[in-house]
Amino acid sequence: MKTIVKILSLIGLVLTLLPAILYFYDYISADLHKQLMLCGTLIWFVSAPLWMNKSQEAS
Amino acid sequence: MKDKSVVDKLNSIEEYERTPVPSSKLKGLRSFLGMYAGEHTAGTEFVIGPLFVAHGVSIGALFSGLIVGNILAVLSWAYITSPIATGVRETLYFKLEKICGRKLVVIYNLVNGMMFCFLAGSMMAVSATAVGIPFNIAMPELGDWLPTGPGWIITVFAVGSVMTLVAMLGYEQVSKFANVAAPWMILVFIAAAFAALPELGITSLDDFWAVADAKIWTGIPAEGQSKFTFWHVMFFAWFCNMAMHIGMADMSILRYAKKWQYGFSSATGIFLGHFVAWIASGILCAAAAGAIAPGPIAYSAAGTAGAICVIVAGWTTANPTIYRAGLAIQGIMPKVRRWKVTLVVGLITTLAACFPALVMMLLDFVALYGLVLMPMGAVIFIDYYILPKLKLKQNYAEHKGLGFYWAPAFTWFATLALCLILNMTLGIEIFFLGLPGWFLAASFYIVASRLMQQKSATQLQSAP
Repeated sequence: MKTIVKILSLIGLVLTLLPAILYFYDYISADLHKQLMLCGTLIWFVSAPLWMNKSQEAS
Repeated sequence: MKDKSVVDKLNSIEEYERTPVPSSKLKGLRSFLGMYAGEHTAGTEFVIGPLFVAHGVSIGALFSGLIVGNILAVLSWAYITSPIATGVRETLYFKLEKICGRKLVVIYNLVNGMMFCFLAGSMMAVSATAVGIPFNIAMPELGDWLPTGPGWIITVFAVGSVMTLVAMLGYEQVSKFANVAAPWMILVFIAAAFAALPELGITSLDDFWAVADAKIWTGIPAEGQSKFTFWHVMFFAWFCNMAMHIGMADMSILRYAKKWQYGFSSATGIFLGHFVAWIASGILCAAAAGAIAPGPIAYSAAGTAGAICVIVAGWTTANPTIYRAGLAIQGIMPKVRRWKVTLVVGLITTLAACFPALVMMLLDFVALYGLVLMPMGAVIFIDYYILPKLKLKQNYAEHKGLGFYWAPAFTWFATLALCLILNMTLGIEIFFLGLPGWFLAASFYIVASRLMQQKSATQLQSAP
Protein backbone atom coordinates (compact mmCIF):
# COMPACT_ATOMS: atom_id res chain seq x y z
CA MET A 1 0.00 0.00 0.00
CA LYS A 2 2.80 2.39 0.98
CA THR A 3 4.60 1.65 -2.29
CA ILE A 4 1.48 2.51 -4.30
CA VAL A 5 1.11 5.80 -2.43
CA LYS A 6 4.79 6.64 -3.06
CA ILE A 7 4.36 5.93 -6.76
CA LEU A 8 1.31 8.23 -6.75
CA SER A 9 3.41 10.95 -5.11
CA LEU A 10 6.09 10.54 -7.76
CA ILE A 11 3.44 10.84 -10.48
CA GLY A 12 2.30 14.04 -8.76
CA LEU A 13 5.81 15.50 -8.92
CA VAL A 14 6.29 14.43 -12.55
CA LEU A 15 2.97 16.07 -13.45
CA THR A 16 4.12 19.23 -11.68
CA LEU A 17 7.28 19.66 -13.77
CA LEU A 18 6.92 17.75 -17.04
CA PRO A 19 3.96 19.66 -18.57
CA ALA A 20 5.90 22.94 -18.37
CA ILE A 21 8.82 21.36 -20.25
CA LEU A 22 6.43 19.91 -22.84
CA TYR A 23 4.87 23.38 -23.25
CA PHE A 24 8.35 24.92 -23.57
CA TYR A 25 9.11 22.55 -26.46
CA ASP A 26 5.65 23.29 -27.95
CA TYR A 27 4.25 19.74 -27.56
CA ILE A 28 1.19 20.86 -25.52
CA SER A 29 -0.83 24.05 -25.05
CA ALA A 30 -0.45 26.50 -22.15
CA ASP A 31 -3.92 25.61 -20.81
CA LEU A 32 -3.19 21.88 -20.79
CA HIS A 33 0.17 22.45 -19.05
CA LYS A 34 -1.56 24.47 -16.30
CA GLN A 35 -4.32 21.85 -15.84
CA LEU A 36 -1.84 18.97 -15.63
CA MET A 37 0.29 20.94 -13.17
CA LEU A 38 -2.73 21.46 -10.93
CA CYS A 39 -3.52 17.73 -11.10
CA GLY A 40 0.07 16.98 -10.09
CA THR A 41 -0.20 19.41 -7.19
CA LEU A 42 -3.40 17.81 -5.90
CA ILE A 43 -2.00 14.28 -6.24
CA TRP A 44 1.16 15.32 -4.35
CA PHE A 45 -0.59 16.99 -1.43
CA VAL A 46 -3.10 14.16 -1.03
CA SER A 47 -0.55 11.34 -1.23
CA ALA A 48 2.72 12.69 0.22
CA PRO A 49 1.51 13.26 3.83
CA LEU A 50 0.44 9.59 3.93
CA TRP A 51 4.07 8.43 3.88
CA MET A 52 6.48 11.34 4.27
CA ASN A 53 6.16 11.95 8.00
CA LYS A 54 4.99 8.55 9.16
CA SER A 55 8.27 7.19 10.42
CA GLN A 56 10.83 8.86 12.63
CA GLU A 57 13.82 8.22 10.42
CA ALA A 58 17.12 7.59 12.09
CA SER A 59 19.58 8.82 9.53
CA MET B 1 -14.39 19.51 27.61
CA LYS B 2 -13.06 19.26 24.09
CA ASP B 3 -11.42 22.69 24.40
CA LYS B 4 -9.67 21.60 27.56
CA SER B 5 -8.19 18.55 25.87
CA VAL B 6 -6.75 20.77 23.11
CA VAL B 7 -5.16 23.07 25.72
CA ASP B 8 -3.78 20.02 27.57
CA LYS B 9 -2.31 18.75 24.33
CA LEU B 10 -0.69 22.13 23.60
CA ASN B 11 0.64 22.32 27.17
CA SER B 12 2.19 18.89 26.75
CA ILE B 13 4.34 19.99 23.78
CA GLU B 14 7.87 20.23 25.16
CA GLU B 15 10.25 22.49 23.24
CA TYR B 16 13.17 22.55 25.74
CA GLU B 17 13.27 26.34 25.93
CA ARG B 18 15.40 26.35 29.12
CA THR B 19 17.07 22.95 29.03
CA PRO B 20 19.34 21.22 26.51
CA VAL B 21 17.53 19.03 23.98
CA PRO B 22 17.84 15.41 25.23
CA SER B 23 19.48 12.87 22.91
CA SER B 24 16.18 10.98 22.54
CA LYS B 25 14.65 14.03 20.86
CA LEU B 26 17.37 14.68 18.28
CA LYS B 27 16.32 14.71 14.64
CA GLY B 28 17.79 13.07 11.58
CA LEU B 29 19.16 14.75 8.49
CA ARG B 30 15.94 14.55 6.47
CA SER B 31 14.11 16.79 8.92
CA PHE B 32 16.66 19.57 8.32
CA LEU B 33 16.81 19.07 4.56
CA GLY B 34 13.05 19.60 4.40
CA MET B 35 13.07 22.48 6.86
CA TYR B 36 15.79 24.43 5.05
CA ALA B 37 14.46 23.66 1.58
CA GLY B 38 11.01 24.87 2.60
CA GLU B 39 12.13 27.89 4.55
CA HIS B 40 14.46 29.31 1.91
CA THR B 41 12.20 28.62 -1.03
CA ALA B 42 10.00 31.41 0.21
CA GLY B 43 7.46 33.92 -0.96
CA THR B 44 10.15 36.58 -0.77
CA GLU B 45 12.11 34.80 -3.52
CA PHE B 46 9.36 36.05 -5.83
CA VAL B 47 10.33 39.61 -4.82
CA ILE B 48 14.14 39.27 -4.65
CA GLY B 49 14.59 37.75 -8.13
CA PRO B 50 12.83 40.66 -9.83
CA LEU B 51 14.85 43.08 -7.71
CA PHE B 52 18.06 41.86 -9.34
CA VAL B 53 16.46 42.37 -12.75
CA ALA B 54 15.43 45.92 -11.78
CA HIS B 55 18.92 46.74 -10.48
CA GLY B 56 20.51 45.85 -13.79
CA VAL B 57 22.60 42.88 -12.76
CA SER B 58 24.36 41.33 -15.75
CA ILE B 59 23.84 37.62 -16.30
CA GLY B 60 27.48 36.80 -15.54
CA ALA B 61 27.48 38.82 -12.32
CA LEU B 62 24.22 37.19 -11.23
CA PHE B 63 25.30 33.58 -11.70
CA SER B 64 28.84 34.00 -10.33
CA GLY B 65 27.69 36.22 -7.44
CA LEU B 66 24.98 33.76 -6.42
CA ILE B 67 27.31 30.75 -6.54
CA VAL B 68 30.05 32.39 -4.43
CA GLY B 69 27.68 34.12 -1.99
CA ASN B 70 25.56 31.04 -1.42
CA ILE B 71 28.60 28.83 -0.81
CA LEU B 72 29.80 31.32 1.82
CA ALA B 73 26.34 31.30 3.43
CA VAL B 74 26.31 27.48 3.67
CA LEU B 75 29.82 27.48 5.14
CA SER B 76 28.69 30.05 7.72
CA TRP B 77 25.85 27.75 8.83
CA ALA B 78 28.02 24.66 8.81
CA TYR B 79 31.14 25.98 10.54
CA ILE B 80 29.85 28.83 12.72
CA THR B 81 26.24 28.11 13.76
CA SER B 82 25.93 24.34 13.75
CA PRO B 83 28.94 23.29 15.91
CA ILE B 84 27.86 25.65 18.71
CA ALA B 85 24.18 24.69 18.38
CA THR B 86 24.97 20.97 18.69
CA GLY B 87 27.58 21.69 21.37
CA VAL B 88 25.23 23.40 23.82
CA ARG B 89 21.82 22.20 22.49
CA GLU B 90 20.13 25.28 23.92
CA THR B 91 18.05 28.00 22.32
CA LEU B 92 19.81 31.17 21.25
CA TYR B 93 17.91 33.06 23.94
CA PHE B 94 18.78 30.79 26.84
CA LYS B 95 22.45 30.79 25.76
CA LEU B 96 22.45 34.59 25.56
CA GLU B 97 20.86 34.78 29.01
CA LYS B 98 23.83 32.88 30.42
CA ILE B 99 26.30 35.18 28.68
CA CYS B 100 24.57 38.56 28.91
CA GLY B 101 22.24 38.40 31.87
CA ARG B 102 18.47 38.38 31.87
CA LYS B 103 17.88 42.15 31.53
CA LEU B 104 19.99 42.53 28.41
CA VAL B 105 18.39 39.45 26.86
CA VAL B 106 14.95 40.95 27.48
CA ILE B 107 15.98 43.91 25.27
CA TYR B 108 17.51 41.59 22.68
CA ASN B 109 14.48 39.29 22.67
CA LEU B 110 12.08 42.19 22.21
CA VAL B 111 14.04 43.51 19.22
CA ASN B 112 14.50 40.00 17.82
CA GLY B 113 10.89 38.95 18.35
CA MET B 114 9.46 42.08 16.75
CA MET B 115 11.78 41.75 13.75
CA PHE B 116 10.75 38.13 13.28
CA CYS B 117 7.10 39.23 13.48
CA PHE B 118 7.58 41.76 10.67
CA LEU B 119 9.56 39.27 8.59
CA ALA B 120 6.83 36.64 8.97
CA GLY B 121 4.28 39.35 8.23
CA SER B 122 5.89 40.04 4.87
CA MET B 123 5.62 36.31 4.05
CA MET B 124 1.93 36.37 4.95
CA ALA B 125 1.39 39.40 2.73
CA VAL B 126 3.13 37.67 -0.20
CA SER B 127 0.97 34.56 0.32
CA ALA B 128 -2.14 36.71 0.51
CA THR B 129 -1.43 38.25 -2.93
CA ALA B 130 -1.99 34.76 -4.35
CA VAL B 131 -4.98 33.81 -2.17
CA GLY B 132 -6.98 36.68 -3.63
CA ILE B 133 -6.63 35.60 -7.28
CA PRO B 134 -9.31 32.88 -7.48
CA PHE B 135 -11.69 34.97 -5.33
CA ASN B 136 -11.15 38.07 -7.46
CA ILE B 137 -10.22 40.17 -4.42
CA ALA B 138 -8.53 43.47 -5.25
CA MET B 139 -4.97 42.96 -4.09
CA PRO B 140 -2.52 45.77 -3.29
CA GLU B 141 0.12 46.72 -5.82
CA LEU B 142 3.69 46.96 -4.67
CA GLY B 143 3.27 50.74 -4.61
CA ASP B 144 0.54 50.50 -1.96
CA TRP B 145 1.51 51.03 1.66
CA LEU B 146 -1.82 50.84 3.49
CA PRO B 147 -4.47 48.06 3.52
CA THR B 148 -6.45 48.28 0.29
CA GLY B 149 -9.79 47.21 1.71
CA PRO B 150 -11.74 44.68 3.81
CA GLY B 151 -11.16 41.91 1.24
CA TRP B 152 -7.41 42.20 1.66
CA ILE B 153 -7.64 42.30 5.47
CA ILE B 154 -9.93 39.21 5.57
CA THR B 155 -7.54 37.37 3.26
CA VAL B 156 -4.50 38.21 5.39
CA PHE B 157 -6.32 37.14 8.57
CA ALA B 158 -7.34 33.83 6.99
CA VAL B 159 -3.75 33.12 5.91
CA GLY B 160 -2.34 34.34 9.26
CA SER B 161 -4.71 32.17 11.32
CA VAL B 162 -3.63 28.96 9.62
CA MET B 163 0.08 29.88 9.80
CA THR B 164 -0.19 30.73 13.51
CA LEU B 165 -2.04 27.51 14.32
CA VAL B 166 0.68 25.39 12.70
CA ALA B 167 3.42 27.36 14.49
CA MET B 168 1.59 26.89 17.83
CA LEU B 169 1.83 23.13 17.41
CA GLY B 170 5.63 23.39 17.56
CA TYR B 171 8.71 22.47 15.56
CA GLU B 172 7.47 18.95 14.86
CA GLN B 173 4.47 20.21 12.91
CA VAL B 174 6.47 22.95 11.18
CA SER B 175 9.05 20.40 10.07
CA LYS B 176 6.37 18.01 8.81
CA PHE B 177 4.68 20.65 6.71
CA ALA B 178 8.00 21.86 5.25
CA ASN B 179 8.97 18.28 4.42
CA VAL B 180 5.80 17.75 2.40
CA ALA B 181 5.84 21.11 0.64
CA ALA B 182 9.53 21.44 -0.25
CA PRO B 183 10.01 19.02 -3.18
CA TRP B 184 6.83 20.13 -4.92
CA MET B 185 7.50 23.82 -4.35
CA ILE B 186 10.89 23.95 -6.00
CA LEU B 187 9.53 22.03 -8.99
CA VAL B 188 6.80 24.65 -9.39
CA PHE B 189 9.43 27.42 -9.41
CA ILE B 190 11.37 25.56 -12.13
CA ALA B 191 8.23 24.69 -14.08
CA ALA B 192 6.93 28.28 -13.97
CA ALA B 193 10.26 29.55 -15.28
CA PHE B 194 10.21 26.98 -18.12
CA ALA B 195 6.66 27.98 -19.00
CA ALA B 196 7.60 31.69 -19.03
CA LEU B 197 10.62 31.30 -21.35
CA PRO B 198 8.63 31.16 -24.64
CA GLU B 199 7.14 34.58 -23.71
CA LEU B 200 10.69 35.95 -23.93
CA GLY B 201 11.39 34.25 -27.25
CA ILE B 202 13.45 31.42 -25.77
CA THR B 203 12.39 28.22 -27.50
CA SER B 204 15.45 26.05 -26.84
CA LEU B 205 17.95 25.91 -24.00
CA ASP B 206 20.74 26.78 -26.44
CA ASP B 207 19.19 30.26 -26.77
CA PHE B 208 18.92 30.79 -23.01
CA TRP B 209 22.17 32.59 -22.21
CA ALA B 210 22.09 34.95 -25.18
CA VAL B 211 18.40 35.88 -24.84
CA ALA B 212 18.58 36.15 -21.04
CA ASP B 213 21.56 38.48 -21.44
CA ALA B 214 19.57 40.64 -23.85
CA LYS B 215 16.12 40.55 -22.24
CA ILE B 216 16.33 39.57 -18.54
CA TRP B 217 19.64 40.36 -16.82
CA THR B 218 20.67 43.08 -19.21
CA GLY B 219 23.18 44.93 -17.05
CA ILE B 220 21.06 48.08 -17.39
CA PRO B 221 19.16 49.16 -14.25
CA ALA B 222 15.55 50.30 -14.41
CA GLU B 223 14.96 54.03 -14.09
CA GLY B 224 15.70 55.29 -10.59
CA GLN B 225 17.43 52.07 -9.49
CA SER B 226 21.08 51.75 -8.52
CA LYS B 227 23.39 49.48 -10.53
CA PHE B 228 24.18 46.10 -8.93
CA THR B 229 27.50 44.36 -9.58
CA PHE B 230 28.95 40.91 -8.73
CA TRP B 231 29.82 42.24 -5.26
CA HIS B 232 26.25 43.32 -4.53
CA VAL B 233 24.90 39.92 -5.54
CA MET B 234 27.60 38.01 -3.65
CA PHE B 235 27.19 39.94 -0.39
CA PHE B 236 23.41 39.92 -0.72
CA ALA B 237 23.39 36.13 -1.15
CA TRP B 238 25.81 35.65 1.76
CA PHE B 239 24.21 38.05 4.22
CA CYS B 240 20.49 38.04 3.46
CA ASN B 241 20.29 35.41 6.23
CA MET B 242 22.98 37.04 8.38
CA ALA B 243 20.77 36.85 11.49
CA MET B 244 20.31 33.11 11.00
CA HIS B 245 23.92 32.01 10.52
CA ILE B 246 26.54 34.44 11.86
CA GLY B 247 23.83 36.00 14.04
CA MET B 248 23.23 32.49 15.50
CA ALA B 249 19.41 32.60 15.36
CA ASP B 250 19.40 29.11 13.83
CA MET B 251 20.90 27.70 17.03
CA SER B 252 17.27 27.26 18.09
CA ILE B 253 16.66 24.96 15.12
CA LEU B 254 20.03 23.23 14.76
CA ARG B 255 20.15 22.28 18.46
CA TYR B 256 17.95 19.34 17.44
CA ALA B 257 20.57 18.06 14.95
CA LYS B 258 22.22 14.73 15.71
CA LYS B 259 25.50 15.91 14.17
CA TRP B 260 27.04 19.34 13.61
CA GLN B 261 27.53 18.42 9.93
CA TYR B 262 23.76 18.83 9.47
CA GLY B 263 24.53 22.54 9.14
CA PHE B 264 25.42 21.71 5.53
CA SER B 265 21.74 20.83 5.01
CA SER B 266 21.23 24.59 4.62
CA ALA B 267 22.61 24.05 1.11
CA THR B 268 19.26 22.55 0.05
CA GLY B 269 17.43 25.74 0.92
CA ILE B 270 20.15 28.07 -0.24
CA PHE B 271 20.85 26.57 -3.65
CA LEU B 272 17.24 25.74 -4.42
CA GLY B 273 15.76 28.90 -2.94
CA HIS B 274 18.46 31.52 -3.29
CA PHE B 275 19.75 30.30 -6.63
CA VAL B 276 17.11 28.43 -8.62
CA ALA B 277 14.14 30.38 -7.24
CA TRP B 278 15.78 33.81 -7.64
CA ILE B 279 16.69 32.99 -11.23
CA ALA B 280 13.18 31.57 -11.87
CA SER B 281 11.42 34.63 -10.42
CA GLY B 282 13.69 36.91 -12.45
CA ILE B 283 12.53 35.08 -15.58
CA LEU B 284 8.88 35.38 -14.47
CA CYS B 285 9.30 39.11 -13.85
CA ALA B 286 10.84 39.69 -17.30
CA ALA B 287 8.12 37.58 -18.96
CA ALA B 288 5.46 39.66 -17.19
CA ALA B 289 7.01 42.86 -18.61
CA GLY B 290 8.57 43.86 -15.32
CA ALA B 291 5.55 43.16 -13.08
CA ILE B 292 6.58 42.18 -9.55
CA ALA B 293 3.40 41.14 -7.64
CA PRO B 294 4.14 37.50 -6.68
CA GLY B 295 0.67 35.98 -6.98
CA PRO B 296 -0.24 37.25 -10.46
CA ILE B 297 3.18 36.57 -12.06
CA ALA B 298 3.18 32.98 -10.78
CA TYR B 299 -0.45 32.52 -11.83
CA SER B 300 0.20 33.80 -15.35
CA ALA B 301 3.04 31.29 -15.88
CA ALA B 302 1.79 28.23 -13.99
CA GLY B 303 -1.93 28.75 -13.40
CA THR B 304 -3.59 27.78 -10.11
CA ALA B 305 -0.60 25.61 -9.11
CA GLY B 306 1.62 28.69 -9.40
CA ALA B 307 -0.69 30.70 -7.16
CA ILE B 308 -0.77 27.84 -4.63
CA CYS B 309 3.04 27.81 -4.74
CA VAL B 310 3.18 31.48 -3.74
CA ILE B 311 0.86 30.77 -0.80
CA VAL B 312 2.85 27.73 0.33
CA ALA B 313 6.23 29.43 -0.24
CA GLY B 314 5.20 32.24 2.09
CA TRP B 315 3.75 29.75 4.55
CA THR B 316 6.83 27.54 4.89
CA THR B 317 8.93 30.59 5.74
CA ALA B 318 6.41 32.25 8.01
CA ASN B 319 5.97 29.05 10.06
CA PRO B 320 9.53 28.74 11.41
CA THR B 321 9.77 32.54 11.66
CA ILE B 322 6.67 32.74 13.88
CA TYR B 323 8.07 29.78 15.84
CA ARG B 324 11.34 31.66 16.38
CA ALA B 325 9.50 34.84 17.34
CA GLY B 326 7.51 32.82 19.89
CA LEU B 327 10.74 31.50 21.38
CA ALA B 328 12.23 35.01 21.48
CA ILE B 329 9.27 36.56 23.28
CA GLN B 330 8.97 33.54 25.57
CA GLY B 331 12.51 34.26 26.71
CA ILE B 332 11.05 37.38 28.34
CA MET B 333 8.19 35.46 29.98
CA PRO B 334 9.57 31.96 30.64
CA LYS B 335 6.62 30.95 32.85
CA VAL B 336 4.08 31.45 30.04
CA ARG B 337 3.57 28.43 27.79
CA ARG B 338 5.17 28.80 24.37
CA TRP B 339 1.94 28.14 22.45
CA LYS B 340 0.21 31.05 24.17
CA VAL B 341 3.11 33.36 23.32
CA THR B 342 3.04 32.11 19.70
CA LEU B 343 -0.67 32.87 19.51
CA VAL B 344 -0.05 36.52 20.49
CA VAL B 345 2.98 36.72 18.17
CA GLY B 346 0.87 35.34 15.32
CA LEU B 347 -1.76 38.01 15.92
CA ILE B 348 0.84 40.82 15.85
CA THR B 349 2.35 39.31 12.69
CA THR B 350 -1.06 39.10 11.02
CA LEU B 351 -1.84 42.74 11.89
CA ALA B 352 1.53 43.81 10.44
CA ALA B 353 0.88 41.76 7.27
CA CYS B 354 -2.21 43.87 6.54
CA PHE B 355 0.18 46.69 5.54
CA PRO B 356 1.69 46.11 2.07
CA ALA B 357 4.50 48.52 3.04
CA LEU B 358 6.06 45.50 4.75
CA VAL B 359 6.67 43.91 1.34
CA MET B 360 7.65 47.23 -0.23
CA MET B 361 10.37 47.75 2.36
CA LEU B 362 11.37 44.10 2.58
CA LEU B 363 14.93 44.28 1.27
CA ASP B 364 15.86 47.24 3.45
CA PHE B 365 14.24 45.51 6.39
CA VAL B 366 16.02 42.17 5.81
CA ALA B 367 19.35 43.97 5.61
CA LEU B 368 18.67 45.91 8.78
CA TYR B 369 17.41 42.99 10.84
CA GLY B 370 20.43 40.88 9.98
CA LEU B 371 22.80 43.66 10.93
CA VAL B 372 21.01 44.45 14.20
CA LEU B 373 21.16 40.83 15.42
CA MET B 374 24.59 39.90 14.05
CA PRO B 375 26.77 41.34 16.90
CA MET B 376 25.20 38.96 19.43
CA GLY B 377 26.15 36.06 17.15
CA ALA B 378 29.76 37.23 17.32
CA VAL B 379 29.44 37.43 21.13
CA ILE B 380 28.28 33.79 21.31
CA PHE B 381 31.07 32.65 18.95
CA ILE B 382 33.81 34.39 20.96
CA ASP B 383 32.34 33.27 24.29
CA TYR B 384 32.23 29.65 23.12
CA TYR B 385 35.60 29.34 21.34
CA ILE B 386 37.94 32.19 22.29
CA LEU B 387 37.33 33.17 25.93
CA PRO B 388 38.46 29.80 27.38
CA LYS B 389 41.71 30.10 25.39
CA LEU B 390 42.26 33.55 26.93
CA LYS B 391 41.62 32.10 30.42
CA LEU B 392 38.42 34.15 30.67
CA LYS B 393 35.09 32.89 32.00
CA GLN B 394 32.37 31.70 29.61
CA ASN B 395 28.72 32.38 30.45
CA TYR B 396 29.93 35.19 32.70
CA ALA B 397 26.50 36.56 33.66
CA GLU B 398 25.40 33.12 34.87
CA HIS B 399 28.74 32.62 36.66
CA LYS B 400 28.50 35.94 38.53
CA GLY B 401 24.71 36.04 38.85
CA LEU B 402 24.50 39.27 36.81
CA GLY B 403 21.24 40.57 35.41
CA PHE B 404 23.00 42.89 32.94
CA TYR B 405 26.57 42.26 31.76
CA TRP B 406 28.17 45.30 30.18
CA ALA B 407 30.70 43.53 27.92
CA PRO B 408 28.15 42.14 25.43
CA ALA B 409 25.95 45.23 25.84
CA PHE B 410 28.87 47.51 24.86
CA THR B 411 29.74 45.11 21.99
CA TRP B 412 26.20 45.22 20.60
CA PHE B 413 25.64 48.96 20.85
CA ALA B 414 29.16 50.02 19.79
CA THR B 415 29.15 47.73 16.75
CA LEU B 416 25.78 49.04 15.59
CA ALA B 417 26.87 52.64 16.19
CA LEU B 418 30.04 52.15 14.13
CA CYS B 419 28.12 50.42 11.35
CA LEU B 420 25.64 53.30 11.33
CA ILE B 421 28.52 55.80 11.06
CA LEU B 422 30.06 53.80 8.19
CA ASN B 423 26.67 53.71 6.45
CA MET B 424 25.90 57.41 6.91
CA THR B 425 29.32 58.98 6.41
CA LEU B 426 30.90 56.69 3.79
CA GLY B 427 27.64 55.56 2.20
CA ILE B 428 28.51 51.86 2.60
CA GLU B 429 25.35 49.82 1.94
CA ILE B 430 24.02 47.70 4.82
CA PHE B 431 24.78 44.35 3.14
CA PHE B 432 28.48 45.23 2.93
CA LEU B 433 28.63 46.03 6.67
CA GLY B 434 28.03 42.49 7.94
CA LEU B 435 31.59 41.29 7.43
CA PRO B 436 33.50 44.20 9.04
CA GLY B 437 30.70 44.44 11.63
CA TRP B 438 31.22 40.82 12.75
CA PHE B 439 34.97 41.32 13.24
CA LEU B 440 34.36 44.62 15.04
CA ALA B 441 31.90 42.89 17.38
CA ALA B 442 34.30 39.99 18.00
CA SER B 443 37.15 42.40 18.82
CA PHE B 444 34.96 44.56 21.06
CA TYR B 445 33.75 41.55 23.03
CA ILE B 446 37.25 40.16 23.61
CA VAL B 447 38.55 43.55 24.81
CA ALA B 448 35.44 44.33 26.90
CA SER B 449 35.43 40.84 28.49
CA ARG B 450 39.10 41.13 29.44
CA LEU B 451 38.59 44.56 30.98
CA MET B 452 35.37 43.66 32.83
CA GLN B 453 36.56 40.31 34.14
CA GLN B 454 39.95 41.69 35.24
CA LYS B 455 38.23 44.60 36.98
CA SER B 456 35.94 42.17 38.78
CA ALA B 457 38.90 39.99 39.84
CA THR B 458 40.85 43.04 41.07
CA GLN B 459 37.87 44.20 43.14
CA LEU B 460 37.60 40.75 44.71
CA GLN B 461 41.33 40.66 45.57
CA SER B 462 41.30 44.15 47.10
CA ALA B 463 38.22 43.42 49.17
CA PRO B 464 39.05 43.21 52.92
